[in-house]
Parts: sequence; structure tokens; C-alpha cells
Amino acid sequence: MKENEYSGLDFSDLTEGPSLTRRDFLKTVGGGIIVLYWVGGTSELEAQARGRSYPEDFNAYLKIGSDGRVTCFSGKIEMGQGVVTSLAQMLADELDVSLESVDMVLGDTSVCPWDMGTFGSMSTRFFGPALRAAGAEARSVLLELAAERLETTPNQLAVEDGVIFDKNRKEKRVTYAQLTDGKTIIRHAKQKPALKTPAEFKVMGKKVLRRDALEKVTGKAKYAGDIRLPGMRYARILRSPAHGAKLKSVDTSAVEQTKGASLMRDGDLIAVLHKNFDEAGAALEKIKATYEEPEARVDDETIFEHLLAHSGNGNEVDKGGSLETGERLSEVVVEQKYQDGYVAHATIETHTALAQVEGSKATVWVSTQTPFPIRDRIAEAIGLAPANVRVITPFLGGGFGGKSPGQQAVEAARLAKLCGKPVQVARTREEEFFYDTFRPAAVVRIKSGMTKTGKIVLWDYGVYCAGDRGGKLFYDVPNHRMVSSGSPFGGGSSPHPFGTGPWRAPGANTNTFARESQIDILASKAGMDPVEFRLKNLKDERMIRVLKTAAERFGWNAAKSPSGRGFGVACGIDSDTYVAHIAEVEVDKKSGHVRVKRVVCAQDMGLSINPEGAQIQIEGCITMGLGYALAEHIRFKGGKILDTNFDTYEIPRFSWVPKIETVIIKADDAPAHGGGEPAIICMGAVVANAIHDAIGARVVQLPLSPERVRKAVATSV
Amino acid sequence: MTETFSFRLNGKAVSVNTDGERALLWVLRTDLGLTGTKFSCGISQCGACTVLVDNKAVRSCAFPMKDIRGKEVLTIEGLSSDSKLHPLQKAFIKYDALQCGYCTPGMILNAYSLLLANPRMTQTEIIQGMEGNLCRCGAYMRIIQAIEAAAEEMKGGNAK
Repeated sequence: MKENEYSGLDFSDLTEGPSLTRRDFLKTVGGGIIVLYWVGGTSELEAQARGRSYPEDFNAYLKIGSDGRVTCFSGKIEMGQGVVTSLAQMLADELDVSLESVDMVLGDTSVCPWDMGTFGSMSTRFFGPALRAAGAEARSVLLELAAERLETTPNQLAVEDGVIFDKNRKEKRVTYAQLTDGKTIIRHAKQKPALKTPAEFKVMGKKVLRRDALEKVTGKAKYAGDIRLPGMRYARILRSPAHGAKLKSVDTSAVEQTKGASLMRDGDLIAVLHKNFDEAGAALEKIKATYEEPEARVDDETIFEHLLAHSGNGNEVDKGGSLETGERLSEVVVEQKYQDGYVAHATIETHTALAQVEGSKATVWVSTQTPFPIRDRIAEAIGLAPANVRVITPFLGGGFGGKSPGQQAVEAARLAKLCGKPVQVARTREEEFFYDTFRPAAVVRIKSGMTKTGKIVLWDYGVYCAGDRGGKLFYDVPNHRMVSSGSPFGGGSSPHPFGTGPWRAPGANTNTFARESQIDILASKAGMDPVEFRLKNLKDERMIRVLKTAAERFGWNAAKSPSGRGFGVACGIDSDTYVAHIAEVEVDKKSGHVRVKRVVCAQDMGLSINPEGAQIQIEGCITMGLGYALAEHIRFKGGKILDTNFDTYEIPRFSWVPKIETVIIKADDAPAHGGGEPAIICMGAVVANAIHDAIGARVVQLPLSPERVRKAVATSV
Repeated sequence: MTETFSFRLNGKAVSVNTDGERALLWVLRTDLGLTGTKFSCGISQCGACTVLVDNKAVRSCAFPMKDIRGKEVLTIEGLSSDSKLHPLQKAFIKYDALQCGYCTPGMILNAYSLLLANPRMTQTEIIQGMEGNLCRCGAYMRIIQAIEAAAEEMKGGNAK
């Protein structure tokens, strides 16, 4: 790809509904005009959180072509979460153009403004305001230009679909395309324009279908593994059998005798290259390697004691009142420990990258959530300046927090540099499980106390190795403390025996499971309905509203748990978004099998840019969440991962899907909060609480597997 | 051992010189450049690589080239004809029945094979027939709706 070319998503033919016109993805930047504007200060929250902000100098966020089409540049990436649609909605609305005229260029480090990555439900919350400000300022600059051209004042002008006209004489008009044609505009709006209010929205807040669906249903959508370059080679890399294993001996002679295969070695990196992926794999199998494996000290059963023993003292992250007072006031005390195993990301697309190194420049197509940080890592690994490395991010086949490390991109770049040809590295499913940065196994310990009438007065909360996200108590408890110990991240001095990292709403799934289970135990001991018990202990108006909305939609009738009905409730906060779930389950006491029949979710996410997309994210969260709630956990022995494919690692299937109902609470006057993660955080607790309500047995370890349900039944009698 | 394998692919005759032990998936994706068929698990456990061979859904990651001679292969690239989307493709768009889209070609082709065999499936039959296709984003509910809608549009007629 030439430097001035980029691959974008062209939506020009979507105006007439889905059709199969041939589309040319390659367009040149030249020929259009890039409107530049100041976006400093629009992302202060993010800057504070990460120590770096979106560029505070002029930056191209959009281009208006001579054909009137608008191209939006963003360092965010599309992994299914729908920013390809919602970001375009924001820009179209602020710029006053139709959604159909906006094309998206995402995650291309050479043409998009810097971005730290797509995670943490931050695209809409933090990049969104920057993009909207950009659109508003561009519109304002165009109005000034139009006023000069039409010899009037900007406030005499109005805009519709990229056409600026005189409010009194509609024929006095000029289009955005005419204004920008043949010139480069570098100027700021004289006054910083205000963003539109919800009442002014024409595109935001409306339900819009995915804009990338046509490519995806026809097989034309390109993922990193679908890029083809002349002379490219597929690499398969020698992998060790266990984390911590050391290569003792290697005999690669058989590869050298295999037709079409070539061996590459760069320090610890030993790879077979071939013009076919499968044949590279067949040649790799001929390598004879022996390893020295460390003694397995921990496995998926003993990990919890190990984590507790290696978590250190921890940090007090939240505190209020006095625990001594809480103890004194407590008439009922409940102490409980909760556990949560390692969970895989299991994206259907494995980590993939294609690297091309030509002289002092490299271009790398990567399946990654973090193109800019990966660019820097590649540059360091192959000795180039970051400016000479271009990372292009095609569609991702799922991410969920797992596609940030970028090891495959570094490997591809090292091999491409070594062999002088473009090299693709695509992980096999087995490699994917081995190198996954799993959701960390974790332990939570809670000591809580309440009065006989069900007022919680004590909450002493300790989380080990999951991190504190989602753990802060939103119930009104006067005496409380939260301590977070041990790292959720693997590597280095971490207690985790292999890589761990963010997994959709990191930490919040574990913390919500523990907290909401504990609340249910208290409610049950108080002899109170679990919804009423929560409302009695809540003062947060947003949470009260969300919980009441879910209960109303579900048709909740108060009853003490266990009621035998199999109804459970859980609520939580993530990425400033409030969620409450109510589920109905059916439990086979004999087999321990749990069937989730219905899940209602109410969500307050502030302004919802695309309510259709938001609803889909909720449905996806609930469906994916069934996996960690009911079945998913990685079995391992020391550094050896025992679940390496979908034959033993179960993820949700068609038959698991319950009836899902979502209610998005209208809150347009509040800023847009996160939408990709919040609705997954309650899934462990809501199912655990529903199981308890069904059969009176409580499971305090995720997943709520048939074996654990049977055990809980046996011990509860 | 390299041999010549002749078969029909998306309605056209093709010949490939390759080793008969190689899987159809890789020949499609690399030798023939049809990347709509996706690799994911490599052991027939996820359905991302589903294509039709003589109107039956197969996992192309485990389908050897030596069995392909004289067969009719359909991939996602060949499902739409005369620039017209198949009712399943239209329904997947209309019902937003996808997120990342990586499993989508396999989902659509598996559903297509089911509709060829039985144009009037119940919802239970759809779920049973689709059970081996995995979607991590959690689009299952909408995929079921899309398949039902496509079947409805075809009014029980031939899925082709």
C-alpha cells in the first residue's frame, strides 16, 4: 500500500439498501480536503487516566472529498462492538451531513489520530466528545467560508445534508464539497462551537443498523488473515509445551529437506515459512525439540490458596465509617469466600498479523485493539523509528480485551525483516489458548453485618488478584472498607502462572459476582425479598431506578428466597453505566444442570448514540456472560494449559440462549457512558442467585458447573 | 504427492494442483484466494470454515482435497447470484444478526444447508441444526430470528 493510500469502508452504496455493487476499498487521500481543527482539552478524563491525551495539536479527524463524501479517521478499531456505526453517527450529526455520506477509516496509524486503544468502553465516552467537537468545529469553519463566498454572515446561513444555504433565499447555496474543492483549509473556527443538544439530533439517538453488515454477510470483509501480498509467506512458530519451559535441544534437519519450507531462526524465535499456512504447519511438526519443564506447583484446584498466599498486603481502595462500629451494630454477620477461575477470551478469529518490511519502512496488518502501542513495539523489535512503521487494523474477529499484547505482530515483523518477504503469523487455536491473557483467577472475601431488620451496617471486602473494578460498594453502608491485593496481570512477580489481563469488564465480573451473592445471602437471612432488601439498602437514585425498571419489566412479585421459582437479581456499575439483571432459571437437582430461561436487563447508560447497537451489546453481554457463569474455566497444571480448543473448552451455543429482554432507560441529557461491557458483569451473580432461589443451594465459585451445583445441593441438605 | 483436483466452485469449473491430504479450507483461502471462508479452531468444532459440498454443510478445515473431485463446492462468495443477495444475507443485515462477523459466513452457509434440506424448520430444529456453529459475540438470538425471516421470505420454497 502506498503511503497516500488507505483502506476505508465506503458506504456510498448503502443508501439504496443492500446490493452487491463492486466496491473499491482503495482510495487516495489526495483530491479531497482535510479540515483541521483543535481538539485539545476534549479528553481530559482520559488524559488523567492514562497520562496521555489525544494529540493537542492540529489533527486530521475528517476529510471532505471533492465528491462530498466525508471520511472519518479514528484510531479506534471495529471488533464487532459497532463503533463503525456509532462514531459515524456522531460525526454526521455534528457536521450536518447524512450518515450515508460518512466513510470510516479506523486503526490506521499513518492516517488516524493517535489513540491508546479500544477497550474499557471508552470509545463513545472519551473519543466521542473529541470527534463531536471536531465535527462541530469543521461545520463552523465551513459556515464561515460559505459566508465569505455568499457574501453574508454565518448566522444568516443554515445547513442540511452538507449544503449550506441562506435562510431567506434557499437558492443562494453552496455545498461542503464546493467549498473544500481544490484547497487545503487550515483554520480554526473563530468561536468554539457548542455541541448539539439531544433535541437537535437528527442521527444520534436513532436506531441504526450495522454499517459493515454487507461486507460481513458476503465474505468481503477483510480480517488480518485475509490480506494477500505477492510473495508472502505463512509462518508457523515452534512453541514450548508449557509456560516456563526451556528449550534444551532442537533438530530442524527434517524441515530443511521439506519442499517449499524454509527455516528461520532469530534468537529464541524458530519458525517454518511456507507459501501455504497448512504446509508450514506440517513442516513444523517435523521439528524435534526437547524442553526442560519446571515442576508444576499449582493447578486449577490449588490456585486459590496460592493466590491468597502470594497477594501481599493490598491497598485500601475505599473506606467509610468504622469497622469496629459496624461489628458492634451487626446482629447478623455473614462471612463468605468467593472464587473465580481463569477464563479465555476465545475470540473466533485468532491473533493474526501480516508484516511487510521494505528497507527502513514496515507495514503491518494486525488484528489488534491497540494499533498505536503495537506500532511502537514493532518499531522497537525491528529497529525502526515508530514513524516508519505503519499498523493497519482491518476488521477484528472479536477482541473482548484479549487482543492488545500484539505478540503475533512483533513475530511477523521480525520474520519479515529476516526473510525479506511479507510474512503472516496466524495463531492456531491451540496457540491462542496457550498465549491468551486469561481473565485472572481470583478470590474475594467478604465479612458483612446487618441489623435484624435488614439494614446493612458492616461491609469488609477483600479482593485478591482480580483488581478493584466494579468492587466499590454502591449500597448505603455506613461502615465499610475495600482492600484490593495481588495483581490481576500475569508475568513478572505476579502470582499467576501464565499471562492474564483484561477480559470484558476486567475485575467487574468477579467483584459483582461476590458482592451480589453476598447481598442475596443477607437478604435471605433477613427473610426479605432480594429486590426489596436491595432497595432498602440503596440511596443511589440511578441504581434504584434501574433496579425498579428491571423488576417491573420482569413482573417481579416479592418473595423470600429460596422461593422455588428460580428467580435471581443482581445489579452493578461499570464504565459509569448502571445495570440491573433479573433471571429465571431451571435447575435439575440430580444432574446439577442449569438452564437459564429468561434474562431481563435494565441499563442506564446516559445518552445512547445508537440504541440499536446498545441493545445488541447488552444481548451479546448476556449471551457471552452465560459462558463464564455456567461453564468456562481453564484447566491447567503448572504452566501447561490443558484446555486448548473448543472440544473441551465450552463457550455458549445456540441452545443456551434464554429469552433476553432489554430496557435502555432514557437519559439523553447525561453524557454517553460505556455500553460494550456493563451488561456482562451481573451474569455470574444473577444466575447464582436464581439457582439459590430455585433449590436453596448456593454456589460460591464460578463457573456454576453441574458438579458444583450438585455439591452445593448435597451440602445444603 | 501433488495431483490435479477438478471440481466445481461457486458454479465454475476449477482445477487445483496440490496434495490430496491438504484440507479444502487452505486451498480455498490461499490457492484460490477465497478468504470469506474462515479459519478458527482447525478441528471441526466451531463451524467458521463451513462450506457446502454437494449441498451439504461440511467443515472445510477437515475436508481433504482427495475427496473433492467432481464435487460442487459453494462458499460465501458464491451464495449471492446476479448481484442479488440471498434472503439469508438480507435477513442477517436486517436483523443485525452479527457483530464481529467472523463466524458469519459459516453461520449463513450452515443455515443455507439446513434450509435446503428442510425449508420449513421449527425454531427448535433451527437451534439443533445450528448448535455446532459458535459465535463469541453472542448474536445467536438474532441469527435465529434472521434464519426464521429468511425461511419466511422463501415461503417454504427452494432455498436456492
